Amino acid sequence: MKNQSVKSNLDWISVILYILLVLMGWFNIYSSSLSTGEETAIFDLSQFYGKQLMYIALTIPLIIIILSVDGKFYEKFSSIIFGVALLSLAGLFVFGKTVKGQANWYSFGSFGIQPAEFAKAATALALAKYLSDVQVNLKDVNRQIQALGIIFLPVILIIPHDPGSALIYAMFVLVLYREGLPAWYLWTGFIAIILFVLSLVFEPWAVILMAIVVIALVYLRSRLVDRNIVASAIVLVLCSGFVFSVDYIFDNVFKQHHRDRFNILLGKEVDMKGIGYNTNQSEIAIGSGGWLGKGFLEGTQTKGGFVPEQHTDYIFTTVGEEWGFLGCMVVIALFLALIFRIIYLSERQKTKFSRVYGYCVAGVLFIHFFINIAMVAGIFPTIGVPLPFFSYGGSGLWGFTILLFIFLKMDANKVNEW
Amino acid sequence: MRKVLLPTIIIVATILLILRLFYLQVIDDTFKLKSDNNAIKIQYDYPERGYIYDRNGKLMVANQPSYDIMVIPRDLKNIDTLEFCHLLNIKKEDYIRIIAKAKVYSPRLPSVFLPQLNKAEFAAFQEKIRKFPGFYIQKRSLRDYQVKFGANVFGFITQASEGTVKKNPYYLSGDLLGKQGVEESYETVLRGIKGVKYIQKDKYNREIGSYKEGKFDTIAVQGEDINLTIDAVLQQYGEELMINKRGGIVAIEPKTGEILALVTAPSYDPSILVGRQRSKNYTMLYRDSIAKPLYDRGLLAEYPPGSPFKILTGLIGLQEGVIDENTAFVCNHGFSYARGRFMKCHCHGGVMQLHRGIYESCNTYFASTYMRTINKFVRPADGVDVWSGHLKSFGLGQFMGYDLPTGRKGKAPTSKTYKRIYPNGGWRSTAIVSNSIGQGEVLMTPIQLANMMAAVANRGFYYTPHIIRKIEGEKIDKKFTTKHVTTVNHKYFEPVVSGLFDVYNKGTAHALQVEGIEICGKTGTAENFAKINGKRVKLQDHSIFVAFAPKDNPKIAIAVFVENGYWGARWAGPIASLMIEKYIRGKITRTDLEKRMLEGSLQGEYAKYTGKKETDSLLLSKPELTKSAAQKPDDAETEN
Repeated sequence: MKNQSVKSNLDWISVILYILLVLMGWFNIYSSSLSTGEETAIFDLSQFYGKQLMYIALTIPLIIIILSVDGKFYEKFSSIIFGVALLSLAGLFVFGKTVKGQANWYSFGSFGIQPAEFAKAATALALAKYLSDVQVNLKDVNRQIQALGIIFLPVILIIPHDPGSALIYAMFVLVLYREGLPAWYLWTGFIAIILFVLSLVFEPWAVILMAIVVIALVYLRSRLVDRNIVASAIVLVLCSGFVFSVDYIFDNVFKQHHRDRFNILLGKEVDMKGIGYNTNQSEIAIGSGGWLGKGFLEGTQTKGGFVPEQHTDYIFTTVGEEWGFLGCMVVIALFLALIFRIIYLSERQKTKFSRVYGYCVAGVLFIHFFINIAMVAGIFPTIGVPLPFFSYGGSGLWGFTILLFIFLKMDANKVNEW
Repeated sequence: MRKVLLPTIIIVATILLILRLFYLQVIDDTFKLKSDNNAIKIQYDYPERGYIYDRNGKLMVANQPSYDIMVIPRDLKNIDTLEFCHLLNIKKEDYIRIIAKAKVYSPRLPSVFLPQLNKAEFAAFQEKIRKFPGFYIQKRSLRDYQVKFGANVFGFITQASEGTVKKNPYYLSGDLLGKQGVEESYETVLRGIKGVKYIQKDKYNREIGSYKEGKFDTIAVQGEDINLTIDAVLQQYGEELMINKRGGIVAIEPKTGEILALVTAPSYDPSILVGRQRSKNYTMLYRDSIAKPLYDRGLLAEYPPGSPFKILTGLIGLQEGVIDENTAFVCNHGFSYARGRFMKCHCHGGVMQLHRGIYESCNTYFASTYMRTINKFVRPADGVDVWSGHLKSFGLGQFMGYDLPTGRKGKAPTSKTYKRIYPNGGWRSTAIVSNSIGQGEVLMTPIQLANMMAAVANRGFYYTPHIIRKIEGEKIDKKFTTKHVTTVNHKYFEPVVSGLFDVYNKGTAHALQVEGIEICGKTGTAENFAKINGKRVKLQDHSIFVAFAPKDNPKIAIAVFVENGYWGARWAGPIASLMIEKYIRGKITRTDLEKRMLEGSLQGEYAKYTGKKETDSLLLSKPELTKSAAQKPDDAETEN
């Protein structure tokens, strides 16, 4: 009989990758929040690095609790957990505390909690639970709508506070595809993204002209029997409608700061003191790192505090400046290793529930990782998305820790499920 | 296939990130600079400029502190402009204009807002500077002139021009550098090297300590003191003698090539180009296109040398063997060198040999010699080139390589020159005979004339004239200690020198003898023409004199040019003899002559062509200066 203890079944590769990322994150937070000339203890709770060290320390009991709970608990209680998460998101409208323009905090004395960080794990659990139901077949339109409904419930609650973070939930659609969602959903999404970007760059009529050309080409190149003039016309009408509504929404519904974020990226804005400051400074910080970086605690951009929010969303700029291209590659390699490890473990799962959940974990980690680094490197609009395990903040760290370790617990238990 | 989608997206997206990071961090290197600009403030420590001493160790140029108000446009906050302008006594329009200009230069780098405050202005501003963020005070050192002469020798200090700042990375906007004179030629020695301090700043531009514990900071290196070859007493005396005249004096020590005095007239007190009045005064001097006070006539003015050139004509004739000491020509108060062409001569006429030819300055004698020199060759072009080669060995027709930033080549014509003038050929020695008496195409600067006299004094060699005598802790350039030997042999000099000696004893300068000093000299009177209202007008002749003394073991060779000074013995001769006496004796016995020269003025002569100038107030004029100098010998006499 195999050893049944969690300790021996735990996937230690993932755990080590997790520890490495958390520690590297802390060193960079230390560097970015250390004031020059001040010699303080690393446990100084008035400093970000001191607080973060405390949050890290608190993950240890958290992990022990997660690993100690019976493996069936998460599956059985997923609906309840999801319900609590939705309630806490809804409660923000009433009790939310506004920090930096976003009312997505619950405040408990001096500490605050961001429910959105925990809602990701809850949504992943709910989705896994729903898809693992034997009767659920994603070929069925009703099932498709229900599955998408699980994803959109939290999105609707999050959008008013933090529209950027809502993007994260798009990742769950990819998981649905893995479990049988028809491909045209993805194609539609893909085309919509392309049309969206094009209609920001070009005038609407030019985009529609492009759409006409593409649709005509597809029509002419397909076999005669497949040609369907009505379907093509409908697609064209839909595209045109989308393009015009993007144009309208961008100009009339979006707020100026949303528009600005896109405009910077598209090179339409050059005001580097105002709205372009963040991206400009973060590019300078990363770009000045060169091959090997300026060395730990030697970053002039970091020391000078030129990059706003450097310890949270812009923590990767510290890596770029002080550790250079090489350091960036190491961090990227660690993330890739962890994500692929999780995908590999998911494919190994014997239950659909834990497989879907594992996919959700990999997807959520990846989308945070990609959007965050793309944003600080100036190829994605400014969206307040933290870098998992790296960015400062208790809610974020705990949220990702819970997300990851629930999966590791499921993985450790796979041998004695039934 | 559904399994593959997520991994594929992850890999593609990650490659995208890596490419972007590679571009930012490795390919595009502008970010490095931007981050330095952002976070590091550079503070300069300007060293004190080296002092300038004369050959005897007399301090001529020292320093005084000065304070510039600097502005960093990026750091400007809302300040009380009215109070600010009132405090500095400037207009609001000026404030706006200067700030706008500074922004154009750089919003981040400091620009000079108001240069060169004196101590009182500085103190008043210093008290209130806290109220005006974005402004700070940069201490610099300005020249403090201990003497009122030598403006052309020293040059001046000015703010580096925009062009200089772009070209030379050492200089920043507002930095001072030497222009003209030794300040320019020894700029790198005198200025030292400014120190740099790198200071780490945060995003609010607050200084948060030194960058990398001062690893890259450098300490300012003091400028080095220099000793010039100038004799302060002689220089001052020369400038005083030239007051109210125009022209130049160059005195050289033949043994070494050291320039003892370099006088240009009119000149000005060097201290008027210091402080806030500098630019106003400079503009006035610069705009005076008639008296040209900024034009160093000793180095730049090319005059036809006139009779002193006969020395070279004679020497070359001897060297080429077309005459010897005893060769005789008959002068009939002139010389009919071609049909219908007659060159007048002011000598007493009769049979002329070299000796008498020189001291009576006989045109006939030298014209004949010159024609023989040229006609020695079948083609006159060859003759001219040989002759021109001899001239070059005396330093003519070239920048001589002296260590002052300005100069002119003069002109030592070659066959090419005449090919240009007579494109169809057919020219003969008769066409260029006026060269023999220094009135043809030959042009010389006063320093070339003085150098020629140094070569004659040395009987056949000279050292490149130079003004640097000693640089603290450094050797002077080797080229100043390299002997240049003339193509005219040593042995041909003695007969010419004895002729020059008799210029004083019985010749054109016999009235200018100085008892006890054996002076060899030569007067010159050069015709000159100018275009006035488009017409070629003959102006009053220039007065020229060249000399060296004593005859044996010469200590000084000198050339004096006085523009429109009638004839050689009228102005240039006396001035040269006074300079020689002053240098060798240290005092003047002929006080009547001295008084006449000091007080004499050619302003009336100059005013014939032009009106009075507004710059006259700036130029050296009489009273206190002359008095103190004129009194010196008197005092010495009473002691005797």
